[in-house]
Amino acid sequence: MPELRPQIGQNTQTSNEAAKETKEEPALKGTFVSVMLLGAFIAVSWFGVFALFVARN
Amino acid sequence: MHLHRLEKIWLSIGVSMLVIFLIVIGTMAFSMGMTPPSEHHHTIDPTKVTETAPFDKPAMTQIEDMHYEAVLVAYAFGYDPQTLEVPVGSTVDFKVTSSDVVHGFEIVGTNVNMMIEPGEVSHVSHTFDKPGEYLILCNEYCGTGHEFMKTTIVVK
Amino acid sequence: MKQSFDRGDGKLVLAHILFAFGALLIGGIAGMLQGMVRGGMMTLPGNIGYYELLTAHGVLMALIFTTYFIIGFLYSGVSQTLGGSLLPVARKLGWAGYYVMSIGTVIGVVVILLGKASVLYTFYAPMKASPWFYIALALVVIGSWLSGFGVFYQYRKWRKSNNGKISPLFAYMSVVTMLMWQIATIGVAIEVVVQLIPWSFGWVETVNVVLSRTLFWYFGHPLVYFWLLPAYICWYVVIPKIIGGRIFSDSLARLSFILFLLFSIPVGFHHQLMEPGISGFWKFLQVVLTFMVIIPSLMTAFSMFATFEMNGRAKGATGLFGWVKVLPWKDVRFFAPFMGMLVFIPAGAGGIINASNQMNAVVHNTLWVTGHFHLTVATSVALTFFGIIYWLIPVVTGRVLTPKMNRLGIIQTLIWCVGMLFMSGSMHTVGLMGDPRRTAYTTYDDHPDAVLWMPYHVAMAIGGMILFVGVILIVYNVVALMRAPKGETEYPIGEVSEAAEQTPRFLERWSVWIGIAVVLILFAYTIPLIDMLRNTVTSPGYVTW
Repeated sequence: MPELRPQIGQNTQTSNEAAKETKEEPALKGTFVSVMLLGAFIAVSWFGVFALFVARN
Repeated sequence: MHLHRLEKIWLSIGVSMLVIFLIVIGTMAFSMGMTPPSEHHHTIDPTKVTETAPFDKPAMTQIEDMHYEAVLVAYAFGYDPQTLEVPVGSTVDFKVTSSDVVHGFEIVGTNVNMMIEPGEVSHVSHTFDKPGEYLILCNEYCGTGHEFMKTTIVVK
Repeated sequence: MKQSFDRGDGKLVLAHILFAFGALLIGGIAGMLQGMVRGGMMTLPGNIGYYELLTAHGVLMALIFTTYFIIGFLYSGVSQTLGGSLLPVARKLGWAGYYVMSIGTVIGVVVILLGKASVLYTFYAPMKASPWFYIALALVVIGSWLSGFGVFYQYRKWRKSNNGKISPLFAYMSVVTMLMWQIATIGVAIEVVVQLIPWSFGWVETVNVVLSRTLFWYFGHPLVYFWLLPAYICWYVVIPKIIGGRIFSDSLARLSFILFLLFSIPVGFHHQLMEPGISGFWKFLQVVLTFMVIIPSLMTAFSMFATFEMNGRAKGATGLFGWVKVLPWKDVRFFAPFMGMLVFIPAGAGGIINASNQMNAVVHNTLWVTGHFHLTVATSVALTFFGIIYWLIPVVTGRVLTPKMNRLGIIQTLIWCVGMLFMSGSMHTVGLMGDPRRTAYTTYDDHPDAVLWMPYHVAMAIGGMILFVGVILIVYNVVALMRAPKGETEYPIGEVSEAAEQTPRFLERWSVWIGIAVVLILFAYTIPLIDMLRNTVTSPGYVTW
């Protein structure tokens, strides 16, 4: 099933270039936005249950 | 150890969020008295519950105006006494122990939710601001009849 | 580099995996029946009890399926990355562990089905099961220790013969996982061997209930990390290779595992927040330590997204989320674990709520908690394990994954997610309304609050039935993979990104890490334990089922 196999040979070159372009810090804006959304989800759920706790006290 | 600039920002924000959660619950617990139930050891001989005061006469008694004490024994599969009644706005101090296995003590719709263990007396207080017939149930598996273990407290 | 997997090791790995899926099948039947009973759709014939099924479900799924799969998976990776085959001693320990655990499992299941141990998989004293139930549990734990020793042995020998080299990431993580397991199971071993077995045989009359629960939860929380860490190994080490990318950072991956080793154990009180016999100060202290163990998961979230984004950008993806499109959505080896990662977001958020000291009163012992661990272990971990078999069985049996099997795998993943959405979604919602967990069908004499819960129970039952279809399909997939066409499949081990820094040596200084772990445990537990022993109250045993 060749379609399932990643083509590693092709990618190494491009990833080398990408690494060179940005030197130490690769571009991770999408990652940052994703984890921030995750953090927002945690905060909203937590304060939701917190509100329930306060309301029932 | 090297961290990506954005990971540093993410971890600072994430950890700050956790610290805020802890400050909120810590403040409520230690300076506003909203602690989890049963703070201190209060032991009892679990084989002599029916002979030990106040559990020899489990009942709801008035301590002062709008303040009651409910002494209950949890057993497989029920609670003693069977009926509890208080006026709206009353604060009730619950003192509960078990005469056999581990049970739960949950009043649906409130924050009253605690474990009842043989040999220990569990304590919790709650103020009933709304009238109604509150369901009290056992939320810790205690045997075949666990699902029948319930009682109610009438607030009117 | 490309060499086929050692056949002898393959047999050991396969034996564990097949046992795991056998347990999953029986546990799945029990689970579906429970869902239907609670949903009011059926009543069980008189000779089968709801709580017997519940005990069987919990033991087989949470203890047996997970432990067997984890040991099989770790041994496969240890064999692959530490020299290409297991040393004779390690392999013997692996088999010895397998047989000891299997004897324990068989005894345990028989005792449960005979109705002699309807005490659920948490077996809280003073409910007194047959001594053979506790002996069975002890055998499972001892067997897992033998397997753990095999991992340590292989690792030590490898380090000796590869002087000065940093160990492979997979092996390092396996060592951390088994190390945590060894330290954590000491608690339950003391509970079972010192307290419960003598008491259950009648050699001693009574048992210290608070102490037994504390020993149980000293083990009970790291147990959930014992399930999670192997899934993290797949996410950190295997997934980058499968998507054709690189590991974001070797050192951060190791650091997060070390943090798990340190902070997953001294936190058991967050399961005992609503209990008498433990002071509020020590409960809160362990809550703080519990929050520390969230940090490595925050790091893991970043690492996962970063792996995906860097891989996407290397493939030419642009924009903020362009990398999402180039992920191999049609490859089950990626898709199933990925769905597991996604589900870990609500699962983790729920966990933070559970551990929040007095806020635990809202959810303690309600169906919310059941919904919570059906997201963590039964979805995040289980889907990751399911995703692993699509390459692991081919690797160890010398076969290849066919496109047809891949498609069935995708379908299985989707069925699981839909079933869990129904089941866990309703459990979370109805749990917030106060509906208790671990309770057979009841309307509490038609109390208005309890009547409102009933529609959610029906949704749970529907979810349970969908999940059972998922169980059947994954068992079919396991069998079909064993009959897949012959061929060579490479063991997917990711390589570290060029941009990543060198791994610092201190991460492998075990004496330091074990020392800190022990200090933290002593700090969190010594005073509460002294208190429990000083206020000794013991209780006779009861059989209430």
